[in-house]
Order: sequence, then C-alpha cells, then structure tokens
Amino acid sequence: MQDNQNIEERKMQNRKRRELLIGASALAGASLLSPIARAQSAKLRVGLMLPYTGTYAQLGAAIENGFRLALDQSGGKFGGREVEFFKVDDESEPSKATDNANRLITRDKVDVLVGSVHSGVAIGMLKVAKESGTLMLIPNAGADAATGALCTPNVFRTSFSNWQPVHPLGKVMVDRGHKKAVFITWKYAAGEESLASFKEGYAAAGATVVKELFVPFPNVEFQALLTEIAAIKPDAVACFFAGGGAVKFVKDYAAAGLKDKVPLYGSGFLTEGVLSAQGDAAEGLVTTLHYADSLDNPRNKAFRAAYGKAYKTEPDVYSMQGYDTGLLLAQALGKVKGDIGNQKAVIAAMEGALIDSPRGQWKMSKAHNPIQDIYLRRVEKGDNKVIGVAWKALEDPARGCRM
Amino acid sequence: MDFATFLIQLLNAVQYGLLLFLIAGGLTLILGIMGIINLAHGSFYMVGAYLAWSLSMHLGSLWLAIPAGIVLSVILGLLLEWLLIRRLYRLGHLQQVLLTYGLILIVEELRSIIWGDDVHGVPMPELLSASIPLTDTLAYPVYRLWISAVCVVFALLLYVLIQRTRLGMMIRAGASNREMVQSLGIDIDLLYRFVFALGVALAALAGMIAAPVSSVFPAMGNQVLIVCFAVVVIGGIGSVKGALVGALLIGLVDTFGKVTELPIGGLRFLPELAGMSVYLLMAVVLLWRPAGLFGKSS
Repeated sequence: MQDNQNIEERKMQNRKRRELLIGASALAGASLLSPIARAQSAKLRVGLMLPYTGTYAQLGAAIENGFRLALDQSGGKFGGREVEFFKVDDESEPSKATDNANRLITRDKVDVLVGSVHSGVAIGMLKVAKESGTLMLIPNAGADAATGALCTPNVFRTSFSNWQPVHPLGKVMVDRGHKKAVFITWKYAAGEESLASFKEGYAAAGATVVKELFVPFPNVEFQALLTEIAAIKPDAVACFFAGGGAVKFVKDYAAAGLKDKVPLYGSGFLTEGVLSAQGDAAEGLVTTLHYADSLDNPRNKAFRAAYGKAYKTEPDVYSMQGYDTGLLLAQALGKVKGDIGNQKAVIAAMEGALIDSPRGQWKMSKAHNPIQDIYLRRVEKGDNKVIGVAWKALEDPARGCRM
Repeated sequence: MDFATFLIQLLNAVQYGLLLFLIAGGLTLILGIMGIINLAHGSFYMVGAYLAWSLSMHLGSLWLAIPAGIVLSVILGLLLEWLLIRRLYRLGHLQQVLLTYGLILIVEELRSIIWGDDVHGVPMPELLSASIPLTDTLAYPVYRLWISAVCVVFALLLYVLIQRTRLGMMIRAGASNREMVQSLGIDIDLLYRFVFALGVALAALAGMIAAPVSSVFPAMGNQVLIVCFAVVVIGGIGSVKGALVGALLIGLVDTFGKVTELPIGGLRFLPELAGMSVYLLMAVVLLWRPAGLFGKSS
C-alpha cells in the first residue's frame, strides 16, 4: 500500500517538474524572441501620460490633439518610423504618478514618455525617467525643478517653467503705476513658484507684494479671500489660477465689484481656454504668457487653420505645446534617421533644435527649457489680443541645475 | 479685521454653509433612513450643474432650466434606485461603497461623452445679476443672497415634510424599523425609492442654483462630496437638523480659517492650515460626541 502511494506521489512530482521545465523554457524562448520581433516592427512607441479625466481633462485632450497634428503634418512618421501610442490617464494624481509612469516604461516599453499637465505628476514621472534613462518630453507641467534642481539629460520641456510667464508681469504692473499688490493663488507647486517669480520681478521693478493669499488646492471657495482683498485695498491684484478655478475666480472677482476698483492681472493661464465661460467678467484683463491665440505670424495662422480643420475646435496654448512637442520629436528623429536608441545623438539633436513654433521661433536652454518671448495680452471682445512683448527671449534661470 | 469685514465674512460663511446643507441634507437622509453610503452624491451635484448649463442653453433661461432639471433629476433618482440601489439594502457597507464608487466613475464617463470635458459658464439671470455695494471696494452679488434664500426655503420644506406629514412619519418609522413598517402594510420599497429620488434631486438642485457662481467643469463634485461627508458626520447621521448645524459650522470654519491669522509662538497658524481646518473640526466634534452633534448613539 505504502509503496503504491510513494510511486503515485513520485509520478505526480515528476509530472509537475516536467511541466515547470517546459513552461520555463517556453517563457525564456518567448522573451528571447520578443526583442527580435520588436526591432523588426520598427514602430516608434510613444507613451502619453496625460489627464483624460478630472479638472484638467480639457488640457490633456488639447495636448494630444496638437501632438497628433504635428505627426500628421510630418507624414504620419517621425524619422521615417510610424508611431504606436500607449495612453495612460494620470488623473492629475501625483501619488499614482510613479506607478503610471512605470506601467508605460516597464510594461509597455515606450521609447519616449510624453507628459504631464500637473507639475506634481510630472516630477514623479521625471524621477522614473531619470532611473530608467527613458527619453521624456514635458508638454505642459511647469515645475521649475524639472529643468532646475532636478534637470536631467534625457528630459526636455517644450512648454514653460512656472517662473517664466509671470516674471514680466511685475514690471508691467509697475509701469501702470501699481506699486503695492496682493498676490493670490492656490497653495501648490505651480502657485508657489509663480508667486516667487512674480515677487522677484516686482521687487526688481521697485515695488512690493503687500500680502500673499493662498487657497488650498483645489478649493474654489474664494469669497472669504475676496472680502479680505477688499479690506486690504491694494493698488492691484496679481494671481495664478487655471481651468475651472480661473473661471470661478474671474467671475467672483467681477461679481464682488472689485474689477473696477482694484485691477486684476495674472499669468495668461487665467484667460486660456476659459474666455467663453468667463464672459464679460474677463473683458479688459491684462495677462502675460508665452502664447496668444491672436498672435499675428504666418506659422500661428497656419497652425490654427490646420487644427480647426482637423478637430473642429479652436486650439489654445496647450494644443500649441503638444504641437511643439511633436515638432521637436520630428526634428530630432529626422536628424538621427529614426534611431531613437542612439540617445546621445537624439539629445544633441534636441539641444540644438530650432523650433518654428506658432508662438515664434525658440531654442532649448542648457537646462532643456524653451527660451521664448513672453507676450502682453488684453482681453478684448472675448479674445486675448496681443498688445506687446512683455519680455524678449526670456530664459529660465535653472537654479540648482548641474548639467 | 474690522467689524464691517467681519460681518461680511460671516455672510460669506453662512451662504457657503447653506449651500452645503442643501447637498448634505440629501446625503444624510439617504444614509440615515436607508442606511446607504452614497459616494455618488457629489456626482449628482455635478449632474445638476451640467443640466443647468445645457438646459439653460436649450430653453433660453435659467428660470426654465431649474424646474426642468428638478424633474429630470427626480426621474434619474427613481431609475437609479430601482435599478441599482435597492440591491444594496441587505448588503454591507463595503458593497455599498464599491457600487456607488463605480457609479461615480460611470457618471464621469457619461458626462464626458454627453457634454464633453470643457469648462463652461452659466450666465446669471438678468433679474439677479446686480451686486449690492457693502463697502467702498466690495459689493455682494444679489445672486448669492438668492442662493441662500432658496436653501432656507428648502430647509423649511424638508422640516415640514419630515416632521409634519404622514409621509415624513413613514420615512422616520422606516428608518427605525423597516420590517415593522412593512408588516403594517406600508410599501417600504416605494418609500425608499422616494427618499433616494429626493436626495438626488436636492443635490442636483444645489448644483443647478450654484452653477452660475461655481461654473461647470469635470470632477467638480469630488471636493463637494468630501466636505458633505464631513457635514453628515459632524451633524449626526440621519439628522437633517444636524446637517444644517454641521454645514453652518463648516462654513464658518472654512471661511474664517482662510483669513484669520493666529500668531502662536512666532508661527502663523491659519491660513496655512485652512485646508485641514474642516477635518480638524470633524475630529474635535467626534472626540466630544462620537455619534455627531445630533446623531443617535446606539
């Protein structure tokens, strides 16, 4: 009896061992085959990590549309290679950024990572890209550190640093006689960095920020702080808000009767993509930004026409940034004939690229951030009209960058 | 802070609190009477806002949009209860949380498909678009006063409904003992369907009347939902009176937390802590009264 049982057990063990060996060798064989298979397919794997849901969903869609337009205009290929997209919804959640980026890099094995909108998410992605060495392009997130203290050779930005768009605003306001201002924004990275940059520019022009007001992000209950502003009675108010919060702030500001008493200024995000929602409340608002819909140059006109034809909607600064990201990739991959594996050459190509963008021509700074003109705009009849150049070829100081 | 500013901040706090009450009132009814944790409540607030936007565009004015929106949200509430929610009565809180969380995701996607992801503004009705000057720099929008008035009216209507009508009696009895009410011949299923629809309609109504001041954007319900749960927990589950007191308390703490500066030992405490102030309040209340201010401790 015992012997029979032992024989049965041993047969079972042998069978299991055989199955394990067959399975293991099949797996090994498959993983040997897949790199060979991939090299032969030659499709460029682009990972898009953008917000497809949540408050920034509109921006994520605009960026992807702009990127795809650049791809179409490049004959559907970058450097002669077709593109396969891998998309992940980052939900503007910094806590999930590492996992999401890892999913694209490790599971989907993307050649280039494009993202994100939210600065917290972008920093999480940057840390993953730094470790894995994957090429990363930032089409919006303005965290100063991404091309500052955390600058990395394989990371480029095609949008702006939080420091850039608001920096010239201080001088603009002083030129108009506002020497004592209140700055109000959300208490998160983009808000705090905008404030720091504004303070710097405002102090350099000889004026002071009398009060800094913060709203917890993404809280949009502004009434208490508007009452506070009215009590302080500053010469002017400067702010940084974007998206739904920008709509509410501008409308609340006007409804509280402050618009005519205390002029409101801000970086251009206050009036980007939200003018129709803001209506009359936004009329006359002066802002500074590295782009304006009404920019009068042939490149912008062509871009807006092509975008409108393809997507039946007006492009905004986010679409333009997505477009420039595609242009940059097209130019760099064209130079290296599609060989994205040769990262040194790709990086050199990107560092030397001259982007013929709808915002004007721009080049990369040493820290991989655009050196660009900042335009002065005023809202007239529901449109951001360019009324001047607030600062020519503004370069982010890239504090703490060691590249 | 001078006295005039203090009074205005008080007004801000009360207005915010009253709007919170309108949303949280529905939530506490659903939780207290039906025992359902409805995480999708913030989504109904968002649906109300989007309804206000699209209906006021199609019908031409917000005055027409609001009644139409109320009717639509009552129908939505009835449908949801009949299709999904009634399966939850016998299940535990975990299943309720899972299903209503899934409902949030579904509603978000449907909203994205039907209305898109753009940010929208809803114009204020002409009649209410003026602002009353309070100081030489600040004016108070009449519309916000109207929102507060609507919330007060609905608070009174709810009180009358729950405390002074037969229906209210049935609702309160059903909360205490479902089986006994059923054996008395009252159709408890229909009753619960009505309560759920009422909760949904209240949240949607709040979204509709707040839409001109809050504007309409994706995921606008999420922040509101979290604060509403804080209201319900502070006020006591199932107590509409508690929801009113809790909402007003939160309105005060949120408003004054943002603008008061307490210098303690060289540090400025608020408004750095403004984001936490509501939850600190909740913690303090729960330490003092674990069932909430007016909750029934079992």
